[in-house]
Amino acid sequence: MAFARNQWYVAAYSSEVGRDLLARTVLGEPLVLYRTESGAATVLADRCVHRRYPLSESRLDGDTIVCGYHGFTYDQTGTCVFVPGQQRIPRTARVAAYPVVEQDSLVWVWIGDRDRADPTSIPRAPWLDDPRYTVVRGMAPLNARYELLVDNLMDLSHETYLHGGYIGTPEVANTPITTEVDDERGIVYVSRHMDDAECPPFYARSTGIQGRITRWQDIEYHPPCLYLLHSRIAPQGVYPPAEGEDKDAFHAEIVYAITPSTEHTTYDFWAVARDFAVDDESVSEYLHQSNHTVVMQDVTALNILEQVIASEPDKYQELSINIDTGGLAARRLLARLVEAGAVGAAGTVGAPR
Amino acid sequence: MTAPAGMLTGDRVYRIHWMPGTDTLRGICHCGAESTAEEPVELWDWLLAHPRGHQVPAVVPPAPQPSARSAVPV
Repeated sequence: MAFARNQWYVAAYSSEVGRDLLARTVLGEPLVLYRTESGAATVLADRCVHRRYPLSESRLDGDTIVCGYHGFTYDQTGTCVFVPGQQRIPRTARVAAYPVVEQDSLVWVWIGDRDRADPTSIPRAPWLDDPRYTVVRGMAPLNARYELLVDNLMDLSHETYLHGGYIGTPEVANTPITTEVDDERGIVYVSRHMDDAECPPFYARSTGIQGRITRWQDIEYHPPCLYLLHSRIAPQGVYPPAEGEDKDAFHAEIVYAITPSTEHTTYDFWAVARDFAVDDESVSEYLHQSNHTVVMQDVTALNILEQVIASEPDKYQELSINIDTGGLAARRLLARLVEAGAVGAAGTVGAPR
Repeated sequence: MTAPAGMLTGDRVYRIHWMPGTDTLRGICHCGAESTAEEPVELWDWLLAHPRGHQVPAVVPPAPQPSARSAVPV
């Protein structure tokens, strides 16, 4: 399996990166994350050049990391500034420092060719850092390849069967979808608009709606890492006005960052941003607990699936049906990104297929 | 179901609509060509083969005028 290397990936939430050393592995590269005294998020390779000791198991001294094994000391650029017992610092004594961008409360890192790291190409999730929204979030390590999580999120009909009693109702699986692909920008959009649906507990308890609802799910996937689900919930028959604010509906912006850790493990960053009950802590607690449960239902299923797939030949047999239209589009865009990285192509990619 | 309006507005957008009440998928290429299928793999193959096999439907004139001509499919 190959990764799309020349892409931005979420390595952590901003709130996770501080004056303690944080270890993460992204695209198979062990990383150590910390924040300098001036507040800059920093990402270095998590292996001392001397004997490969993890720097994440070491300590910070100001803005430098002092290796916990023999004291090799690195500044925030990865340059070694001290070695024990001698004056001369070997010329090759440095660790990689990776390009970092903090945006929308996410810490994005670039693992590939750094001269191609363009911060303006990072997709946005502004609701995560907007005072008009309240956010609950978490991260679940997944013992499965990242493609399985992409498949999972691109086809929400599984909510009916895997997440019944939380977010799934019969209408999700039964409602046709519209799929769009912007081939130039590399975006997949999948819409499922339910006119008359049962309100699942996740939304009944958080919005207070009693009775049936009009429920819209609009997926916007920016491969490889950022997945957005624009969820609109309203009393049945209430639609957005032709102009102006959609004040009679409840909106949840559900954000996933899908970050490959190794070939068979993935970081599943999840967040739910809402524009209703923004000051109600009990709603936050409920949505956090419920979404965590839903995520863990996926994690359990995908961990099982990984075990099955890992034991099968490379080109195992599958069957795709109408519900998979968006997932197939996502797979194709991902394959194109992997291919573009493998041949060292420029930012644009070739003709499809 | 309310059919969602197109959300992506680029010059190279492929669309597949699942026709309500049927198992039929209708694919629309950015060039205007359309095709249907009963499963998505076949339809994506057709869409992504653009321009091979893509014939834009003839444009029907807005009003019946003797001098009007339909566009010739390409």
